[in-house]
Amino acid sequence: MTTRIDATFSRLKAEDKAAFVAYMMGGDPDRATSMQLLSAMPEAGVDIIELGIPFTDPMADGPVIEDAGIRARKSGTTLSTVLEMAAEFRQSNSATPVIVMGYCNPVHQMGYEAFAASAKASGIDGAIIVDLPPEEDTELRAAFETHGLALIRLATPTTDEDRLPKVVQGTNGFVYYVSMTGVTGAALSKPGAIKDQVAKVRKASGLPVVVGFGVKTPERAKEIAADADGVVVGTAIVKAMHENSVGGALDLIRSLAEAAHS
Amino acid sequence: MGKQDNITLPDENGRFGDFGGRYVAETLMPPILELEKAYEDAKADPSFQQELKFFLDDYVGRPSPLYFAERLTEHASMDNDGAAKIYFKREELNHTGAHKVNNCMGQILLARRMGKTRIIAETGAGQHGVATATVAARFGLKCIVYMGAVDIVRQKPNVFRMRLLGAEVRSVESGTATLKDAMNEALRDWVTNVGDTFYCIGTVAGPHPYPAMVRDFQTIIGHETKAQILEKEGRLPDAIVACIGGGSNAMGIFHPFIEDKDVRLIGVEAAGHGIPSGLHAASLTGGKPGVLHGNRTYLLQDEHGQINDAHSISAGLDYPGIGPEHSYLYDIGRAEYVSATDDEALEAFQLCAKLEGILPALESSHAIPETIRVAQELGPDGIVVINISGRGDKDIFTIAEALDEDISAGTEG
Repeated sequence: MTTRIDATFSRLKAEDKAAFVAYMMGGDPDRATSMQLLSAMPEAGVDIIELGIPFTDPMADGPVIEDAGIRARKSGTTLSTVLEMAAEFRQSNSATPVIVMGYCNPVHQMGYEAFAASAKASGIDGAIIVDLPPEEDTELRAAFETHGLALIRLATPTTDEDRLPKVVQGTNGFVYYVSMTGVTGAALSKPGAIKDQVAKVRKASGLPVVVGFGVKTPERAKEIAADADGVVVGTAIVKAMHENSVGGALDLIRSLAEAAHS
Repeated sequence: MGKQDNITLPDENGRFGDFGGRYVAETLMPPILELEKAYEDAKADPSFQQELKFFLDDYVGRPSPLYFAERLTEHASMDNDGAAKIYFKREELNHTGAHKVNNCMGQILLARRMGKTRIIAETGAGQHGVATATVAARFGLKCIVYMGAVDIVRQKPNVFRMRLLGAEVRSVESGTATLKDAMNEALRDWVTNVGDTFYCIGTVAGPHPYPAMVRDFQTIIGHETKAQILEKEGRLPDAIVACIGGGSNAMGIFHPFIEDKDVRLIGVEAAGHGIPSGLHAASLTGGKPGVLHGNRTYLLQDEHGQINDAHSISAGLDYPGIGPEHSYLYDIGRAEYVSATDDEALEAFQLCAKLEGILPALESSHAIPETIRVAQELGPDGIVVINISGRGDKDIFTIAEALDEDISAGTEG
C-alpha cells in the first residue's frame, strides 16, 4: 500500500513542485487553538505537517520553539494529547501526512511499541525523534516497521560521507536535511552549498530530501525549494502563531507555501 | 541485563548494562565519535598520562590527604558504643577547592591535543565552572560557562571568580534556570560551534564517552584513597561515602573499589525538603529510567516523560538525573544509595566546621550524616572514608540565609 508520504511526493513530482513542510507545536498555546491551526494547514498549502511534541528540555531547539513547548505544557499538553490531536485531524483529512517531532523521553516513557501502536491508530505517518540517532533507535525502528510507520532521520552538515549510509539505512518516507549546525530558528548559513548536500543525501537514501532549520522567509523558501524536494519552516510559523494567533500563522503559511510551490 | 564485571564497562556502545548510550541529535554524533577516538588514543599514550600527572601534582596539588577526623569520630562515638574511624578524603584542598579540577585538567589537555581552541562548560554550584575557567586560563583558551540564572544568584562568589579568570559566564534563563538548563544551553552552543569547540562536561553524565572519560579522570581520588588507607591502617575501609548530584566525585572514589566486594559503597543523594515532599534531587530514590542529556539513566520525571524540577539547597546537587554508571551500580546492588535533606546537610556543615575546623561544601555536607550513621553501625573496629569533595567557602551566603543571618557588607561596623 502506498503511504500518504509517498503519495504526496509523487503528486508533487508530477506537478513539478517541491513539498512545503510546516512545523507547529502541538498544544500551543492550548489544544483548541492549536487544533484550529492544524486543521487549516492543508488548505493554506501545507503538504506535510510536522506536529511538535512539547518537552521540558528541547536541546536542539532555539528559544521560540522552547517557549512554545512551555506554553503547550502549561495548558496540559502531553504526548497523548498530541496523538489525540492527530486523530481528530484525521477525521476530516485523509491525505495530508502528519509527522510527529520531538524528543526521546516522552516516547521512552510511553514505551516504543505502545507509542508506535498509538501513533498508527491516531493516523500519524511517521516520527522524527531528535535525540534518537541510528545507534539508539533499534527498538523504535522495529516497532515502526511492525506498524508501517516512517522513521525519519536527520542528516546534518557534520554527517560525513562515511556516516551518511548509516544515517539513511532503515529510514523511509523522506530524509530531513538540517541545513546548518545549530538549533532551530538560528540564522541560516551561506546559500548555495545546500544543493550538493541534498544531492548526496538523495543519492545515499533513494528518498526525497527536505531541508529545514533557519528558513524564515518566502524568498528563502523559494531558493531552498529549487534545490531540494521540500522545504521545512518551523520557528517562523511558531512565532507568527504566538504573535498573531491562527490568522497570522496562516497568512505566513500561505505566502511560504506559494513561494515553495512556485 | 548482563551483570558483567563493572571494570570492563561501558561496552563499545557506551552502555553500563541498560544505562548510558549516545542519545544526541545527529549533528553531535560525529563530534562525540571523534572525541571517543581521541580519548582512547590519549588514554593509551604515556606522554599524555605523564603530562596529566605533572599538572595534577604541581598545579592541582595532588595527592590530596586522607585525614583521620578524630573529633568527628569522637562525636559519632558519643551515645553509641564507640564508632568506626572516620577518614576525610580531602578533595576540598585541591586548587580551586573541589574535585572538579581533576576532570577539567584531563579534558582540557585532551582539547589541546585535539586542536580545539574554545572551551564551553555548564556549571551548577560554580565549582566545575571555576575549575574549567582556571585550567582554560592556564592554557590560554577561550572559555564560556553556562550557568542557570537561579544559580548565579546563589553562587555569586564563584561567578566573580570565573570572570576574574577570564571566562565569560552566560546566564541561562530558560526552564528552571538551574544546572540542567545550563547543560541544555551548553549542548546548543556545541551543536552550533562543533568545529572549534570542546564541551567540557563536569560530571559522569552525558553521551558516551563522557561518563567513562570523566570517571577515568576522577578515579585518581579512589586510587589515592586505596594506597593511603593501606598505608595508614593496613587494610581497606569498610565503607566509602560520597554525595551525588551527577555523581563524579562518588564515581571517582568508588570505582577503584568496585572489585573489593567487602567495601560498602554508599552514595548520598540530595533529599531537599524530603523525598515525600516531591521537592528533592534524588534521582535513584525518587526517579525512574529515562533519556536526558545524551544518556539513559534514572531521572526525576512525570508519567508523561516530562522532566521534573530538582530541588536542593546545594546548587551542585540540583540536577534531575544521575550518571548512568550509578544507575547500573544501583540496579545490580553493588552500591547503596541513600539521601539527606537540606536541613541535615546544613546541620552537618556546622558540625564539621566546629569539630574539625573544615568548611565542607554544602554538596559534601550531604554525605556527613550517613557517614556518622555508618560509623556508629560499624562500631570501633570499623573504618569509613567520606569524600569531602569540595570546600564550603562558596556556600557561606546560602548558609547565612538559611540560618537567617545577615552577612552582607557593612554589617560589622
